[in-house]
Amino acid sequence: MRRLKVFKSLVRDSLDTITHGSKKYHLWMAALTFIMLVGMYCYSIQLDQGLSVTGMTDRVSWGLYISNFTFLVGVAAAAVMLVMPTYVLKDIDFKQAVLIGEGLAVAALIMCLAFVIADMGGPSVLWHMIPGIGVFNFPNSMLTWDVLVLNGYLFLNLTIPFYILFRHYQGKKSKRSVYVPGAFISVFWAVAIHLVTAFLYQGLQARPFWNNALLGPRFLASAFAAGPALIILVLAIIRTYTSFKVEDKTIKKIAMVVTVAAQINLIMLISELFKEFYAPTHHSESAYYLFFGLHGKDALLPWIWTAISLNVLATILLTFHKLRNNFKVLFFACLILFIGIWIEKGFGLIVPGFIPGPYGKIAEYTPTGIEIGVTLGIWALGAFVFTILAKTAIGIEIGKLRYKK
Amino acid sequence: MRSDNKKWFPLNIGRKNQEASNGCSCGKPSGSCGGHTQEVKKDGFEQVFDVKMDRRSAFKQLAASLAIGAGAVSTSCSMFSGEDSKEKAQIDWEEQFKGNYKLMTDEEKQATVDRLVRSYQLRTGKTINMSAKNAEEDVLFGYAFNISKCQGYMDCVSACVEENNQDRNSQMQYIRIHEMKDGKGFNFNEADDNYYHEVPAEGHFYMGTQCFHCDNPPCVNVCPVQATWREDDGLVVVDYDWCVGCRYCMAACPYDGRRFNWSKPEVPEEEINKNQHYLGNRLRKKGVMEKCTFCVQRSRAGKNPACVEACPTGARIFGNLLDPNSTIRWVLENKKVFRLKEDLGTEPKFWYFMD
Repeated sequence: MRRLKVFKSLVRDSLDTITHGSKKYHLWMAALTFIMLVGMYCYSIQLDQGLSVTGMTDRVSWGLYISNFTFLVGVAAAAVMLVMPTYVLKDIDFKQAVLIGEGLAVAALIMCLAFVIADMGGPSVLWHMIPGIGVFNFPNSMLTWDVLVLNGYLFLNLTIPFYILFRHYQGKKSKRSVYVPGAFISVFWAVAIHLVTAFLYQGLQARPFWNNALLGPRFLASAFAAGPALIILVLAIIRTYTSFKVEDKTIKKIAMVVTVAAQINLIMLISELFKEFYAPTHHSESAYYLFFGLHGKDALLPWIWTAISLNVLATILLTFHKLRNNFKVLFFACLILFIGIWIEKGFGLIVPGFIPGPYGKIAEYTPTGIEIGVTLGIWALGAFVFTILAKTAIGIEIGKLRYKK
Repeated sequence: MRSDNKKWFPLNIGRKNQEASNGCSCGKPSGSCGGHTQEVKKDGFEQVFDVKMDRRSAFKQLAASLAIGAGAVSTSCSMFSGEDSKEKAQIDWEEQFKGNYKLMTDEEKQATVDRLVRSYQLRTGKTINMSAKNAEEDVLFGYAFNISKCQGYMDCVSACVEENNQDRNSQMQYIRIHEMKDGKGFNFNEADDNYYHEVPAEGHFYMGTQCFHCDNPPCVNVCPVQATWREDDGLVVVDYDWCVGCRYCMAACPYDGRRFNWSKPEVPEEEINKNQHYLGNRLRKKGVMEKCTFCVQRSRAGKNPACVEACPTGARIFGNLLDPNSTIRWVLENKKVFRLKEDLGTEPKFWYFMD
């Protein structure tokens, strides 16, 4: 009963926090709301007319939505890089960063689910997929595995920070015996969500571009680069605009994680390129299309070369201690690394899987305005959710929000 | 299909077990399909409502379906609307919440077919004939394509579109005819599957592809809701009402055999083929997958698929692989046959040969 009362008060207090703020904050939230509304309008058109309003066709049947979904799974998985040292190894440095990282994971997972639903042809019959009342093709279909691990991860990332914040809200310390096991599970779980999502593509013998054993490990490496890079950027913003204290030491430590992951990612890229181009086979055609274009069709060329240049440049900048420890350079490197991996793990991975088609047909894909509208709307949704979560969490952590008896 | 009957075609690579030979019609390659014991007496409608569920999942289901159901309920409860619209609403409700066709008993299959026929009658005033005929015993359909005979006339393509009520707006076609250059072998990369000129073109030969009805179909494995499966007579079919439109099967198919309804499919009323099968050419809706079914409405009635009948050169051969006297068996035994992408372990039931 008492807990319920505290919870009620927490909800009221957090509602109060998220509806009050500086002018900049209100402007930010208003802008996000506007973009979300535009996205919803675009989605209503898509619901009405069907997926024909997107650029997808029978030849390239997954596009921008699934690309973003794939990338965001990586961002969500990255929260674990911070969970591990903080909760388990008692590394105090990361403590503040972790709540932010988990908030980011929740926002990313919500975006993932939204992207999958946006991609569905029949969202009204999605209950067919709910175990128990529908038919859940488990364990045959990797998609059902993905549904399980994503929702499980969402649950973990909601409950662990909620428990900690709930205790802090009451002015109590959180018990290690409660959250450490949860943190342990989520460490394995984060690897699982990424590996399972990679298996979604890796298991298709029909698409040689995806059907390669390096896909899963490379997913992990790029995720552990892009996710913490985003966390660094977010922490930088939070540091500037709120009284939440994030020490330089924390950011430097996360930067180390980003650096190592980015380096491993580049090594794997080189291995992949070597395999595709040293002794090119029939199965290298998708890679040829991606990097050099095939038969005059080269829509992805500018994208992938931008992505590779950004990746290489960021990795070089991060590798040198002097440059990495200069925060201006670090933030710049994180930004370009994030963009580079978004391109590379997004449509740089999904679209070439379909090109050339099973019989060599090259039909290119360009997203339409409506598709881009829905995509931006979902990103705005993610930013909106994250802002709300972060604002409440910061309020509790700096002691502004406390339960009054 | 018992494994001791199979003397001719399967290499059996990649087949995970022989569960299918135990008379389970669901085609799920491992374990029991979960739909044969406990759900025997249930209607498709009851499959949904007779399930024990906790409050949480019940709420989820209600929330998910509320939007769709609300319209139907308000109509069916209204004092003022006519009997017809009440019946229509009742049908819509039951159709929205029916179960997976694959798991239905014969009575449930017939019930949903009757509802669909009645619904069409209420909507258009016209009567269609829809079948729920199951696979027959000792039948396994196979197909052979004579590369020497095909001249690229594409009569098969038009016959297929007309027979199977495919969307006319997007010009959906199950069959693709690839025009290949002589002397280049089977080079699909340089082939043209979208030609508009007089055929046969000088220096070219033709090869048709469609769904190959694999014995180990990758599309079936990946479907998250078992909306597509392999029937006992080897046909790989889709329950259009159960499909959620995720298009995973499309990514998994190595043969470009699947098509998606990107918008609402439209067929002019006078062109609708009214002789339909639930798993075959009945009218589809937007956002679902469809594919070649070897014209299940014809093949299970003892006829050849439309493409076979329409082919002016006799390049297409269809029949029962388990019947030792069938033409298809003669072709397999006497011609040098091959299949496409055999290395993938999909075991297509579609062979090519030359005179």
